[in-house]
Amino acid sequence: MNTKRLSGAMVPVISVLLGLIAGAIIMLISGYNPLQAYGDIFQMVFLTPYYSGETVVTIIPLILSGLSVAFAFRAGLFNIGVEGQLLVGWLASVATALLLPAGLPKVIMIPACIIAAIIGGGIWGFIPGLLKARFKVHEVITTIMMNYIALHTTNAIIRKYFYAEGERTPNIPDSASLSSQFLYNLTAGSRMHWGIIVALIGAVVMWFILWRTSKGYELRAVGFNPDASLYAGMNVNRNMVLSFFISGAFAGVAGAMLGLGTYHYMTINQDFTGIGFDGIAVALLGLNSSFGVILGSILFAALETGEIGMQSLGIPNDLVQVIIALIIFFVASNYIIRWTRDRLKKKGGGAK
Amino acid sequence: MTIMEILEIVIPSAILSATPLILTALGGVFSERSGVVNIGLEGLMIIGAFIGAVFTILFEHIGLGAASPWLALLVAAIIGAAFSLLHAVASITFRADQVVSGVAINFLALGITVFLVKKLFAGSGQTPYIDHRINKIDVPLLHDIPIIGPLFFSNIAYTSYIAIILAFVVWYVLFKTSFGLRLRSVGEHPAAADTLGINVSRMRYLGVALSGALGGLGGAVYVVTIATNFGATTISGEGYLALAAMIFGKWNPLGAMGAALFFGFAQSLSIIGESIPFLKSIPDVYLLIAPYVLTILALAGFVGRADAPKASGVPYIKGQR
Repeated sequence: MNTKRLSGAMVPVISVLLGLIAGAIIMLISGYNPLQAYGDIFQMVFLTPYYSGETVVTIIPLILSGLSVAFAFRAGLFNIGVEGQLLVGWLASVATALLLPAGLPKVIMIPACIIAAIIGGGIWGFIPGLLKARFKVHEVITTIMMNYIALHTTNAIIRKYFYAEGERTPNIPDSASLSSQFLYNLTAGSRMHWGIIVALIGAVVMWFILWRTSKGYELRAVGFNPDASLYAGMNVNRNMVLSFFISGAFAGVAGAMLGLGTYHYMTINQDFTGIGFDGIAVALLGLNSSFGVILGSILFAALETGEIGMQSLGIPNDLVQVIIALIIFFVASNYIIRWTRDRLKKKGGGAK
Repeated sequence: MTIMEILEIVIPSAILSATPLILTALGGVFSERSGVVNIGLEGLMIIGAFIGAVFTILFEHIGLGAASPWLALLVAAIIGAAFSLLHAVASITFRADQVVSGVAINFLALGITVFLVKKLFAGSGQTPYIDHRINKIDVPLLHDIPIIGPLFFSNIAYTSYIAIILAFVVWYVLFKTSFGLRLRSVGEHPAAADTLGINVSRMRYLGVALSGALGGLGGAVYVVTIATNFGATTISGEGYLALAAMIFGKWNPLGAMGAALFFGFAQSLSIIGESIPFLKSIPDVYLLIAPYVLTILALAGFVGRADAPKASGVPYIKGQR
């Protein structure tokens, strides 16, 4: 049992190593020094307070986005719609902050905004869930479509109801902000905010729902084998819709973290944030577990913050996107890793 | 402005913006009909757009003049096919989750192309503009026909006609040739096809490679007719729109073409709508989201049922039941 679990964790580790090696090879070919590049990233992300803080800023929505994808995966669903759910959650939280009286205390304001994001993101996830349960429409397509609907609709709503100078909403009142002077001073002026607590609570909540409640057991059972679950008397369709609502809710909270923590407003977006797509990678890398998602988020956020360090070495920062893409490739094609490992094992056995 | 005048602006522009979608959606049809889901169409278009821009500039540089964009289209189709083999290897040989592999294709395409643009053009985030774009023409004789002439045969790029003709060719290949029958059979029931001696893997590789070629072509056409340069945001969502067109067209080449034309119509209305009196009152968000809402409705069965090829998305493992 223990060794089995260990070898399961080997796939993501090997994928990350292969991705980093492939990145190093590309750097060598293009005439850069990979050791220096990776060394700079490490030094910047872990030893420079400002960039450490900015890395955490990236980690926060990424954890929640990863949890969203992982939760859906556990229930046998592929939520590629995190981008859209995140935008809806972002707008819901900022709109709530702007509409409620600014004088409300933080303890009411912040939870209210987050709940709005949960509902917004949840509904955006609920629709593809319902379509799948009711009409058997594949969720991958509907969630992609819902992403674009969210992109254009949130932009239109901001333009019409919350427009401020600079293609964005006005700033939210201080009472809804997750930022703090303490964290600002601690990280030499980065945008780091208390959302990290929210993200970690999110990770615990997912673990608790899935592994400590009977509903969670049902959701996992449906994901594992919908037919067997149906025979066991579970309402597969209802569980599917519920899973999608919860998954969307996590994504919505990720959006709230951008609104209440990172930016304090919402921009009119020309394109997606990319956080939702990164969430897929993080969930895969983290083997759909809460803890794995946190580790995966740290890695990806470190790479993305490290882009700035690469740029100062003259390396085009898009190389990081290439490395991330390769890691996803290797994780997806884990059959190649398993196949190689089995081959090696067989050979080892034969020699005995 | 009379209705006729409005249509004379909207329809040619609709056809122009539909062309890359038609080509890419046809690619999607090939891939999905062979049983491989291709979310990577967006990435394939990005690669095609990049190649289209870079090679047009290169060919212009060595003095090929107006032939440059045409040759660049050819290169884009070849490189597109080559790039799509990554998706094929991952999802066919290594049984990767096809959706995840497609997502990785999209990431990789964007990362590599923007990385290369910065390397090639001294740190600039986008390529220079091309000098020779593909011309729009009035078709001789046909454009003199009253009403239809000015709408459908005037001011249309060569590439648009090629795309529309290709849709019929693809339809013929898929439904009237033995190659098409084999391709569809590995997408519907690979085990049965295997029993009949059809090489499932090879057919699927071909399906994906054709989608790469057409996706690359689609992206390149976008550059040489519409965008005229390449940057990180040149292709943003066109590939997903093509995917939607393929589904809305029920995995049928002609349906995909129709859907792409309709999406192009909605797009050009949302751009031109500003200058048209009776459309001014409709917020353009409705036109922007129309293609996506309609696709969802189509899938839910409100606009006729759309069913994917049965084995689409399932890796084929010999001997497994």
